[in-house]
Amino acid sequence: MTPKRRQRVLLIAVMVIGVGIAAGFALNAFNENLMFFYTPSKVVAGEAPAGHLIRVGGLVTKDSVKRQQDGLTVVFDITDNAETIQVQYTGILPDLFREGQGIVAHGRLQGDRMFVADEVLAKHDENYMPPEVADALKTAHEAGVAGKAAATN
Amino acid sequence: MFNNFFHKMASPKYFYRIAGSLIPWLAGACLLFTLAGLYYGLYLAPPDYQQGESYRIMFIHVPAAWMSMFVYVVMAGAGAIGLVWRIKLAEIMVISSAPIGASFTFLALVSGSLWGKPMWGAWWVWDARLTAELILLFLYLGIIALHGAIEDRRTAARAVAILTLVGVINIPIIHFSVEWWNTLHQGPTVTRFDKPAIHISMLIPLLLMAVAFKLYYAFVVLMRARCELLERESNAGWVRELVESK
Repeated sequence: MTPKRRQRVLLIAVMVIGVGIAAGFALNAFNENLMFFYTPSKVVAGEAPAGHLIRVGGLVTKDSVKRQQDGLTVVFDITDNAETIQVQYTGILPDLFREGQGIVAHGRLQGDRMFVADEVLAKHDENYMPPEVADALKTAHEAGVAGKAAATN
Repeated sequence: MFNNFFHKMASPKYFYRIAGSLIPWLAGACLLFTLAGLYYGLYLAPPDYQQGESYRIMFIHVPAAWMSMFVYVVMAGAGAIGLVWRIKLAEIMVISSAPIGASFTFLALVSGSLWGKPMWGAWWVWDARLTAELILLFLYLGIIALHGAIEDRRTAARAVAILTLVGVINIPIIHFSVEWWNTLHQGPTVTRFDKPAIHISMLIPLLLMAVAFKLYYAFVVLMRARCELLERESNAGWVRELVESK
């Protein structure tokens, strides 16, 4: 490599690394704003701004979904397996909305653990498998749990 | 031997001939892989346990998104080579790739939007993954516009190479966005250190389609590069010989 070319390689490397560092600092500074949603733990810890439009995300707690009399309003709990908050939503839920499923709700906090949503989005996970495999996994898991329970009894 | 090969490939005349004979093979292979991938993906592969049939849009969306990043990395590599060694062919590769990369990015965004509506409940959300991919589309469009704005092709190629290298930081941001921040978009399924979180009967058509998209890029970029080469070299002896021999 001639000295001139080596100099150009160096310049390019300095430029790419420099831009990388700048982008790193910028993204780090905006870290909170880049989060698409707050987790229930953050909400309970008071890190989410009250009264502002925000998003919260978590898993829908089992057996917590309750429909109100009007047939459209739903109340359910979401959790990140550490803290739980309650979400109230009036409207049509996405197809993937189910207990145990991850969701993201957009709306305002009311009080400490109550969230009034105007939009609910379903979040799906990165696992793809045929229904039979999912069933087999579920059966095996339940058998395993039952086996463990029998062993401790 | 390698050195010799690269020197030959960098010669416009030799490249023009080799590329011309490669194109039909690459295009044929692309067609075969596309047909096999679509048949396997739309017909043989089972529905998903959670998303039912709609997950099949993945066989277009995921390869398009991979290619949108792959093409950019190729452009950045070619741009760096062009800047350091001033090889004309590297410059041509950068600008010939840009419209293809932009199309893949557009396809990834549109197919993702069509997937998002039934699954998430929204066409578009401003989460980190989607926004970074949209920035990638603007980068591609900016590169095309910058190249078009400068008359002298060598100057244009250098400006474009620098812009491409500045934007390359967006590629790791796109890839890791789903791990660094909370996003609505789910995490990586195939490109992770753990074993892929996808059943083998769905992974095979996905990989078939990924190969098909790669082959598509390969033959279209060669076609575009040949065309660009003829335009640039229109005064060279070998082009005149080529025209006269026809």
